[in-house]
Amino acid sequence: MSKIVRFCADMLYPAIVIFGLYVIMHGHITPGGGFQGGAVVATAAALIIVAYSYEEIQGMLSKFLLQIQESAGLVMFAGVALIAIGLGTTFFYNYLANSGLLFGMSVPFGPNPGELNTGGFLPLMNIAVGIEVWGGLAIVILYLLSGIPKEGT
Amino acid sequence: MLWNLPYIVVVLLAIIGLATILLKRNLIKIFLGVSILTSAVNLFIIVLGYRENSIAPIYTYAPSLNMALPTPQALCLTSIVIGVATSALMLSFAVIIHRYYGTVNVDEIRELKE
Amino acid sequence: MRRELSVLIMIILAIFLFIMAAGFTFGSPLETDMDDYFIMNGQEQIATNNIVTTIVFDYRGFDTLGESTVLFTAVIGVALMFRMIVRGDSDENE
Repeated sequence: MSKIVRFCADMLYPAIVIFGLYVIMHGHITPGGGFQGGAVVATAAALIIVAYSYEEIQGMLSKFLLQIQESAGLVMFAGVALIAIGLGTTFFYNYLANSGLLFGMSVPFGPNPGELNTGGFLPLMNIAVGIEVWGGLAIVILYLLSGIPKEGT
Repeated sequence: MLWNLPYIVVVLLAIIGLATILLKRNLIKIFLGVSILTSAVNLFIIVLGYRENSIAPIYTYAPSLNMALPTPQALCLTSIVIGVATSALMLSFAVIIHRYYGTVNVDEIRELKE
Repeated sequence: MRRELSVLIMIILAIFLFIMAAGFTFGSPLETDMDDYFIMNGQEQIATNNIVTTIVFDYRGFDTLGESTVLFTAVIGVALMFRMIVRGDSDENE
């Protein structure tokens, strides 16, 4: 595309990524969560792909790294749930909630302003799923674009 | 009939999706029909869990405690993600079929296979 | 012939579904015991304000695990198919 479109895409890319990470990180106190935030971040990848051509994008978005990222998200999701078995409780038991450790503050009943340091392992789960959806949707967009024939051929 | 207008919309969406799947001959349009059917199911799940004058089940600065049912919303989240995965898979099938047969018309593909 | 048959089936299905939809009442769910339990106790047990996230990741965590696996499998399938295509193209060019 033209130089103006590329400049605007470059300017918007960090803003979209930061907004998506905000949605992922605040998934347990505001509307949103891992899937929605991951989809927002993948939109940034789609924007970059639209602004540049497929050949120019090869150096910026690596398919190998995105696949590693997606697998790491799923492994982290299952791993956080598996730690509960190691602690002597059941699978998917929320061992961090109300414990006073990381993300371990308890909240009073009723409407409150919201505290980031709450929720047990829910923020960790949100981060894991966000990483996975980010990598997965970006890979799908990249591969669907690679099926298009080159211009002029 | 106006008191359950959302259910009427669900039925209309489902019929539109089914008609697209059954009557169209273009693969991309058939896949769009599947997506419309998925949207109808999602809307049905969400509508089932709505209470009169309720708010979203989030306690951050909540104005009241009359909240909508959270379980249908969680299940709908699952359904949306699976719909995205399914449509990605279906569209890549369409790309592959167009690569091999040169067309996405279902009838022409059937003739080419025989 | 098949077109007319499918149109007929759709009309019958539409009438059936409209009769069913007229029987629902919007805005008053029938059984709310489980959801009321989640709304009342979720904040105390999981220490989270967002009850939907509580259900997605904690009360119904297995559901989300399967869902992540479905997404992962779909992405792997897309990658496999397109890798086949791209390799075929490079073979043709050589």
